[in-house]
Amino acid sequence: MSDRAIEVTGLRKTYGDLEAVAGIDLAVDVGEVFALLGPNGAGKTTTVEILEGYRQRTAGEVSVLGFDPAGRERALRERVGIVLQSTGVDPYLTVRETVALYAGYYPSPRDVDEVVELVGLAEKGDTRVLKLSGGQQRRLDVAIALAGDAELLFLDEPTTGFDPGARRNAWEIVSNLSSIGKTVFLTTHYMDEAQHLANRVAVIAHGTIVAEGPPGSLAGRDRMRTSIRFRLPPGAPEPDRTAHRLPDGGYELRADQEETTKLVHDLTAWALESGFVLDALEVTPPSLEDVYLELTASEDVTA
Amino acid sequence: MSELMLTARQIRYTNKAFWRNPAAAFFTFVFPLMFLVIFATLLGSGTVTLENGREFNQSTYYVASMAVFSVITACYTNLAIGVTFQRDAGILKRTRGTPLPGSAYLGARVIHVMIMSILLVVICAAFGWLFYDADLPTGMSLIRSIIVVLVGSASFAALGLALTPAIPNADAAPPIVNATILPLLFISGIFFPVGPDAPQWIETLSDVFPVRHLVDAFLGSFYGPPLFDFSWADVGVVAAWGVVGLALAIRFFSWEPRT
Repeated sequence: MSDRAIEVTGLRKTYGDLEAVAGIDLAVDVGEVFALLGPNGAGKTTTVEILEGYRQRTAGEVSVLGFDPAGRERALRERVGIVLQSTGVDPYLTVRETVALYAGYYPSPRDVDEVVELVGLAEKGDTRVLKLSGGQQRRLDVAIALAGDAELLFLDEPTTGFDPGARRNAWEIVSNLSSIGKTVFLTTHYMDEAQHLANRVAVIAHGTIVAEGPPGSLAGRDRMRTSIRFRLPPGAPEPDRTAHRLPDGGYELRADQEETTKLVHDLTAWALESGFVLDALEVTPPSLEDVYLELTASEDVTA
Repeated sequence: MSELMLTARQIRYTNKAFWRNPAAAFFTFVFPLMFLVIFATLLGSGTVTLENGREFNQSTYYVASMAVFSVITACYTNLAIGVTFQRDAGILKRTRGTPLPGSAYLGARVIHVMIMSILLVVICAAFGWLFYDADLPTGMSLIRSIIVVLVGSASFAALGLALTPAIPNADAAPPIVNATILPLLFISGIFFPVGPDAPQWIETLSDVFPVRHLVDAFLGSFYGPPLFDFSWADVGVVAAWGVVGLALAIRFFSWEPRT
């Protein structure tokens, strides 16, 4: 048994002249939470749907739990749970009936009430799907994917439309999945989601992987500069020329991460000596979003 | 779980959802009975002359033609529209990603409408027997009637599934399905008997398609000679259309929204 859950080499998918996926390599280990990030049209969903067995690839090697998903074997589908980007369920069944229906397709499903409880729909258990809000229906999608107790889960933008509380709850579910050894393949638009959940992140743009690594050090994020921002009260002296002025009237300093402590110290010492306060002082390390925007934007320019 | 068990389980859920959908239940069950009452009330006292020259009590005729109408509505019209809606809502795509075999899913839908068809025919027959003195088939006629209902419902369900790939989206489903079936219902003696005076081309046209053959097979099996002769050839034509429908459905059926 290999300890790779997913292995992809040289994956290509073309629709006529359009190259949706232009040769990508991916490897996801068993028990890992892997996030695929990318703007719309980057090839994210095409890639996931090839892994899920919905699309046939044009070229390349794909192995999911040791199977070629293009063969659509039932033995593979019994071990995989899927949350698609947009799917429906029968509106006339209740939440519990719906989860029970899908759980029954799998050889050793989880307890229906437990799954319903897990996604926070316990008090909606006997409500027909018709009457659920958009966010509740999305939670039902997650419940259905969990119902079969699959070892590999594909979650295509699973928290779209969630309120912040529901998102935190969904994150907890995903964290729990990985703690019991499940493998999760996630796509998302939310950087904080990838940051919070993923062991590893790959950024896809124009059908190719432009960066891959742990979210903390993706594309040299750990070597990028920290931003220090502040405002000065009226009458305060101008700061020295390394601070540049922002459009909103505040100031920003950039610092390498190892210099940040000293720079903040110098800045606050200067303010104290001069006898005024620094309003809205913020120290922000480079976010995954900064890295992501930089990666996908530069791709746009070179394309 | 075996595929048979999965199919049986799927039928139960399909049935549960069916009865909770007021529109589907209404159009499938109330519509044909409503038509039966209207036709029989307006025209029930007279007799009709069929192509073969035989005379029929009109209310008796409508018990049979509305039974066929209800089978076609349940199996063809409602199945094609319902499956297209499920396809567009992503339900089919989701199901496709589970271990449930596609044949179990679609098989359950087809068997469910076949069961509904039997129920509908029984209701029409009971209604006719209670209110319009229509005879009920017994013995050989009963067995033949059951075979006709099973072959007819399975064939029209296959044709309904075969039509879905030609329907671009759920909004287009009702007009497209009705456009394919309504003209045939009119020329095939569902709403009014096609008498001996009908132009030849109408007869030729209705001869090609399966609706009139199902009506004839039903009249023949339900009432039998001397009122109406039963012919296995009619059942054969319906079954042949069913086989073509099944082949087309297997070849072109789409589990994902077309857009």
